[in-house]
Amino acid sequence: MFSTGRQTCSRTFGLLRRLKSTLVIAEHNNEKLTPVTLNAVTAATKLGGEVSCLVLGSQCAKVAEEVSQIKGVSKVLLADSDVFKGFLPESITPFLLATQNQFNFSHILAPATAIGKNVMPRLAAKLDVSPISDIIGVKDDSTFVRTIYAGNAIQTLTSNEPVKVITVRGTAFEAAETGGSAATENVSADAVTNDLSDFVGQELSKSDRPELASAKTVVAGGRGMKNGDNFKLLYDLADKLKAAVGASRAAVDAGFVPNDMQVGQTGKIVAPELYIAVGISGAIQHLAGMKDSKVIVAINKDPEAPIFQVADYGLVQDLFKAVPEMTELVGK
Amino acid sequence: MSGLRILVGCKRVIDYAVKVRVKPDKTGVVTEGVKHSMNPFDEIAVEEAVRMKEKKLASEIVAVSCGPTQCQETLRTAMAMGADRSIHVEVDAQSYEGMQPIHVAKILSKIAQQEKVDLVFTGKQAIDDDCNQTGQMIAALLDWPQATFASKVEKANGDLTVTREIDGGLETIKVKTPAVLTADLRLNEPRYATLPNIMKAKKKKLEKKKPSDYGVELSPRQQVVSVEDPPVRQAGSKLDSVEELVGKLKDSGLIPS
Repeated sequence: MFSTGRQTCSRTFGLLRRLKSTLVIAEHNNEKLTPVTLNAVTAATKLGGEVSCLVLGSQCAKVAEEVSQIKGVSKVLLADSDVFKGFLPESITPFLLATQNQFNFSHILAPATAIGKNVMPRLAAKLDVSPISDIIGVKDDSTFVRTIYAGNAIQTLTSNEPVKVITVRGTAFEAAETGGSAATENVSADAVTNDLSDFVGQELSKSDRPELASAKTVVAGGRGMKNGDNFKLLYDLADKLKAAVGASRAAVDAGFVPNDMQVGQTGKIVAPELYIAVGISGAIQHLAGMKDSKVIVAINKDPEAPIFQVADYGLVQDLFKAVPEMTELVGK
Repeated sequence: MSGLRILVGCKRVIDYAVKVRVKPDKTGVVTEGVKHSMNPFDEIAVEEAVRMKEKKLASEIVAVSCGPTQCQETLRTAMAMGADRSIHVEVDAQSYEGMQPIHVAKILSKIAQQEKVDLVFTGKQAIDDDCNQTGQMIAALLDWPQATFASKVEKANGDLTVTREIDGGLETIKVKTPAVLTADLRLNEPRYATLPNIMKAKKKKLEKKKPSDYGVELSPRQQVVSVEDPPVRQAGSKLDSVEELVGKLKDSGLIPS
């Protein structure tokens, strides 16, 4: 009886203490913060509680400095250790668990990027809670909005879980401003070991163009480009527009461009000011990744292509004529 | 060393080519009378398992599906592709509505232990709930390493070398077995089941189980408040020339003038 009473008491105490305190896991490459973290902080501030940010990595003090200046962040936790090299979930998860045990957050958020999607469900299972993927809206501290069926339905759900483990769709939230001055606290990761997995290496696509997921303008090519060399037409236009270049699955599967350029349900979700779809028919799976763009332009010689149903401006023309002409006219 | 024993998770979902319709009462999408098939990412997982068996890296492939009776068709497809046998964890329609990746992960991790598998293979995400959680959660529950979004899998001694699709390109990791893998689109091109193989699959063993057989409670952790149509985009206009297009974009300040 005594023990039951104590349990109830500690549970209530736990709930009270947990009342709205949010941890945002910052994403970075040990040198620079990934911009989508700023959008995740905005989502976190909508929950109403205190927002802390965790920077974990190896030699990432510079990133923590950057994070401490984000408006809305009241505390930065910094965990600097070689064990986090490659951001392997097998080392991150036990560390996050220990951090959660120490600070008792009510919400743990990460951007819905390759890293966030990889780590957060593993953490949730360890906490025995059902995670919530890729939210596009926050109604209150337990009610969230997300898309299902490749963006063809919008689901609002309420989570009963004591800890809400969430990934955030960056394009659905504004980026938080800078101008804050949060204090940084070091958290030791000495206890963390990982003998399950090893990071071997990365092969990153190099480009001077803006990052696809956060670019203001995106020029994307599909099967209609016919081959990889023809993508040069899009690169030329993109450079004039200071745009990122994306692709449909058809273009990626045909080997025209690398996978990380894919826009769609299973690629990147983008919502730029301007999206120019060139030689893309507009399959459901592609639309899932770009239909929240402010203005959509479609250039396609097939007037029946479904892309025209979502395009604000459509041009039924041969792209091999239209794109060079456009490149010529821009900035004139 | 004998080959790996592989468990493959197969979800029955509305076919990817179907345009889904939201129910008028906003409780979900219409699933009755709609074409269903195996989740495309799970097909890729089955294919990779079968290829591993063909390369003598794997010894047995067990396909598993959780859901209503019709999931057995999905399992027959997996067996026609080359899975050796399957387990159907039958869930009644009402409980299935509240079923989430965490429940599936709990069931699959129990099966993985019981069947003493070395590898659990799932698709990276299901195209209906778009969650992208189950594989990661299975790995957590088993305390196994995970290699998600795999586009290439190679076996080297006791380890697996996996190329993963990440945001900026590709990365390579090594995981110890037992492990959990999730398949990305680029991993392979799934084969079609041939008629003779479909016939053979009918003779393969399909075990029927219930979530309670694995001690898993299906109490929902989330409540769906509503499911609605996404905002409809206003119909745009077709323009006649590139000049007109560039002019409009310049006028609205979308491109430098």
